[in-house]
Amino acid sequence: MKALSQKRRHPLAVVALLVMGLLLTGVLYSVASTANQAKADSGFTASDVSSGQKLFVANCATCHGMNGQGSASGPSLVGVGAAAADFQVSTGRMPMQMSGPQAQRKPAQFNADQTRQLAAFVASLGAGPTLPDESMLDGKGDATHGGELFRVNCAMCHNAAAAGGALTRGKFAPSLDGVPAQNIYEAMVTGPQNMPVFSDANISPEGKRDIITFLQTIQKQGSPGGADLGSLGPVSEGLFIWVAGLGVIIAFTIWLTSRSS
Amino acid sequence: MGNPSDGAPQQGGTVATAGQAGGRFEDPGIPPHRPRLADTDPKAAKRAERQVTALFVISVIGTVVFLISYFAIDLGNDSSIDTIRTQNILLGLSTAFAMLGIGTGIVHWAKALMPDHEVSEARHAVRTEEDRAAAVRIVDDIIEETGIKRRPLIRNTLIGALALAPLPALAVFGDLGPNANDKLRHTMWAPNAQTGKKVRLTRDPDGTPIRASDVTIGSAFHVIPEGLNDLKEGKLNEKAKAVVLLMRLNPEDLNISPGRESWSYNGIVAYSKICTHVGCPVALYEQQTHHLLCPCHQSTFDLTHECQVIFGPASRPLPQLPIEVDSDGYLVATSDFHEPVGPSYWEREYS
Amino acid sequence: MSNASPTYQPPTKVGRIADFVDQRTGLSSVTREFGRKIFPDHWSFMFGEVALYCFIILLLSGTFLTFFFNPSMAETTYSGAYVPLRGMDMSVAYQSSLHISFEVRGGLFMRQLHHWAALLFVAAMSVHMLRVFFTGAFRKPREINWVIGGVLLILGMAEGFTGYSLPDDLLSGNGLRIIDGVIKSIPVIGTWISFFLFGGEFPGNAIIGRLYVLHILLIPAMILGLVALHLIFVVVHKHTQYPGPGRNDRNVVGYPLGPVYAAKAGGFFFIVFGVLAAIAAGFTINPIWNYGPYDPSPVSAGTQPDWYIGWVDGALRLMPGVLGAVGGYRQHFEFVVFGQQTLTLNVLLPALVPAGIVFTVLFIYPWIERWITKDEREHHVLDRPRNAPTRTAIGMAGFTFYCVMWAAASSDLIATHFHVALNDVTYWLRALFFVGPIIAFVVTKRIALGLQRKDREIALHGRETGRIVRLPHGEFIEVHAPLDAYKRYRLISFDSPEVLPAQPNAKGVVDRRERRRAKFSQWFFEDRVAPVTPAELEAAHAHGHHEAIESAPTSGH
Repeated sequence: MKALSQKRRHPLAVVALLVMGLLLTGVLYSVASTANQAKADSGFTASDVSSGQKLFVANCATCHGMNGQGSASGPSLVGVGAAAADFQVSTGRMPMQMSGPQAQRKPAQFNADQTRQLAAFVASLGAGPTLPDESMLDGKGDATHGGELFRVNCAMCHNAAAAGGALTRGKFAPSLDGVPAQNIYEAMVTGPQNMPVFSDANISPEGKRDIITFLQTIQKQGSPGGADLGSLGPVSEGLFIWVAGLGVIIAFTIWLTSRSS
Repeated sequence: MGNPSDGAPQQGGTVATAGQAGGRFEDPGIPPHRPRLADTDPKAAKRAERQVTALFVISVIGTVVFLISYFAIDLGNDSSIDTIRTQNILLGLSTAFAMLGIGTGIVHWAKALMPDHEVSEARHAVRTEEDRAAAVRIVDDIIEETGIKRRPLIRNTLIGALALAPLPALAVFGDLGPNANDKLRHTMWAPNAQTGKKVRLTRDPDGTPIRASDVTIGSAFHVIPEGLNDLKEGKLNEKAKAVVLLMRLNPEDLNISPGRESWSYNGIVAYSKICTHVGCPVALYEQQTHHLLCPCHQSTFDLTHECQVIFGPASRPLPQLPIEVDSDGYLVATSDFHEPVGPSYWEREYS
Repeated sequence: MSNASPTYQPPTKVGRIADFVDQRTGLSSVTREFGRKIFPDHWSFMFGEVALYCFIILLLSGTFLTFFFNPSMAETTYSGAYVPLRGMDMSVAYQSSLHISFEVRGGLFMRQLHHWAALLFVAAMSVHMLRVFFTGAFRKPREINWVIGGVLLILGMAEGFTGYSLPDDLLSGNGLRIIDGVIKSIPVIGTWISFFLFGGEFPGNAIIGRLYVLHILLIPAMILGLVALHLIFVVVHKHTQYPGPGRNDRNVVGYPLGPVYAAKAGGFFFIVFGVLAAIAAGFTINPIWNYGPYDPSPVSAGTQPDWYIGWVDGALRLMPGVLGAVGGYRQHFEFVVFGQQTLTLNVLLPALVPAGIVFTVLFIYPWIERWITKDEREHHVLDRPRNAPTRTAIGMAGFTFYCVMWAAASSDLIATHFHVALNDVTYWLRALFFVGPIIAFVVTKRIALGLQRKDREIALHGRETGRIVRLPHGEFIEVHAPLDAYKRYRLISFDSPEVLPAQPNAKGVVDRRERRRAKFSQWFFEDRVAPVTPAELEAAHAHGHHEAIESAPTSGH
């Protein structure tokens, strides 16, 4: 460093360096912010929408109608937004395999590009929740606040450790283990199937970020006490002690009372 | 020690015992002792001895590992979950080895090397006739000497005194809890008695007020009364009665009974979250079926029919909280609940 | 003191110490009584010991936990090691439980050991009681010890529930709220008891401290006292034994306490401890950090009590509160009586009636059977369950009744894990609640009688060898290996009571009560398979035309 500054003796060099630095920052910033914008406001291109429409007509229109207006066998998609389409398609819930109490998670039928195109088409049908901002999914929020929100708003269906739970008549709230942050965010804003909607007026975007942070924290750290037995609470614990605990004890009692050969 | 081949027929009783017609089998007595490997083969005995020793040594190793993992790993406010888990596993497994080493070692020793001859011991009657007669005589003498039969006045006053004596023991528990007065009827939702100011609905747990326009169709808000978080005392007691679930439906989906027309606002309804069965929070809202489900005992309430019970053990609908919108656009409770929330109790219908 | 006999001089140092103690306590008489006391050996006799050892482990680990636990419901803010709770407001009780789990070295291990031992404690007691029931070990002279055991089971459940509630986490808080709701359903005094218990309204700030006193002082002291009494009775009665050669009601066959039995029982303590330690090392139990501090608003899916309270919770789930559709005819099970009082049978019935039935029958069963059989003898030889078909069937019916309620407590998890509808699970279990015990009774009785017939067959004709032999005239037969006298005696040495018809009393009258007893006796003993008699065995051998082959040497093929 010293050698460098010795060569640059001209007093204007500092000014020139400053100007150059500022310019570079400005250019980089503008590039970066347009990139952000493109992501933030459902900036889908016209070609996204049109290829999405083709995919839609081929795969979804039977139930949801040619223009997503809905039919007897599928709800209208006008105004559900890109977030709903992305959630349903990227988790494999749509297209539905068969009708049942609720659509099940399964391997996604479309790749990331196709999913994006479908989301673009659904978003073009009417204003609705957009895809979440990356910054809300980084898992760098407040895990404690997220935990508190999760217990009040989510744990009654999804279980305090996000292991899932039962709903009425064959429906259920799925386990959140391994669900990508984007899907969790989208589920909150769109309220898929019987899940209520948690709009930004209910849980703020920062609150949702906290919830995601909480989920990522507990998934990453695992249980301090060893195997978690599915995090299902006293039922799995009771089953374990009756089957494994008592089983081992009985094996020992049989050994203990048997005659040595 | 009894006779090992004591196979006498059992004492007869009044029970008709079968199999007498063809006689009974003679008890062949305790089967002859089969020698074990270690009884006959000194090598096997030596091997068993080595195995027992090895098990005890395993126990020693377990104890040493326990001490090392206790002192080598310290826990504190900044220990990570991994450290805690590692220590738990190390301490637990080393204890398991320490204990199982001793246990299996001793048992193996007993099984393989100690004598394994089965022995018979005679039983004795739990009581003998002689003891019984002596005891009866003693008790008779005692009663006679107290004279309790001859002096009924003493006896009766003693019985009276003994019957009354436990009452203070009951009375001293009187301070355990205040008597149930009308506490169960009132919640924080009642408008301020002096000013008449109505209580705003706020989000649980943050306590921020909710505008009617925030509540979109299909959403569910978990609600606490304004000011709950500021309570210094009895916060949980108040929260246990006041928690409310706020939902919005299409107004045409609601079947409103006469007298409740003004209790909702544009399809926004608020119901007590406390189950009328035994008090769990009924927090599971299915936005398509409009069912509320209690996760504890699966009582299901139909939101479109003013939370009538449609399944499960609850018998009464969830109490509805009448709501309206104040001049700033925030949701407020028009009044307190019109009935006590939560599980039923004997005095529930008292007003 | 001048004594005729020379003063005893112990040869060794240990002997001198023992002699010193003995001269002041008279312990040599105890050694003489117990040193070689005989205990029969069978794996099914070990469950009582498992329970006892669990209790000792509970006392040890529980004492450790009391050094760190603080049963206060005062509010505090968490700042410990568990990141997802830092900054939360919580009670001191919950905070100290987290402190034990995360910052006290070995604390998490002790918590998990304590909780796993508690689950095994009640499980071992239950299995022990099932063993005692199905083998008829509750009969004279052990009826009182059976009742003591029943009380111990109830105390174990109470001890477990009070402990489950102490950490003041969300799960146990909701459990307490359910208890509060059940108490409030009690007529007349329910509300008052609830306020009494919680020191005012639920949750108040007194309940954890009060449960703590019950959990670490009152209930353990009662358990300890009753366990001592239970064991004294075991010594007084001497242990029961399974039927077999050389065993009868007037002796006890087994191994002497010293050294074999003491070594096995003592070693078994370490084994139980080791197994529990291994479980506590590797398997999470009651992860209170997941549930969060108690707050009346949230609840977690899968809110259940520990397994031993499950059946009562299941009964609560099974009871319908309302029958009939909204808008149509509806039968509510909550009634307003006397104009103003609320009688909430939808809570009261399931909370009291099934538990009442189970425990009442459990406690009085020895007397029921005694009344039916008019059996005044002492029984020290056990029944094999198959040899008392009706009793075994009654036991299985009761067990099924329990299990249906038990399953109902996990109806939501059954629904999610087997992909069936929650409502259907409940409907099926409601039906099984009534039908299940009947099916279990019939099926068990048939199985028991079938096994008895099989025993009879084996006793008469020997064991099937699987060896097929062709006779000279072309007939194929399977060779049966005859039993030796010891094995045969095991199969035929049992009582098979017959129906005892109504008998006139002292006045020579057959009263109505006696006729009723006779009906029960009919029901109890009409189906029976009598044990083989020597005459029958003789007959079987006499006309068994292949007897020659049975005893023929197996060479020549």
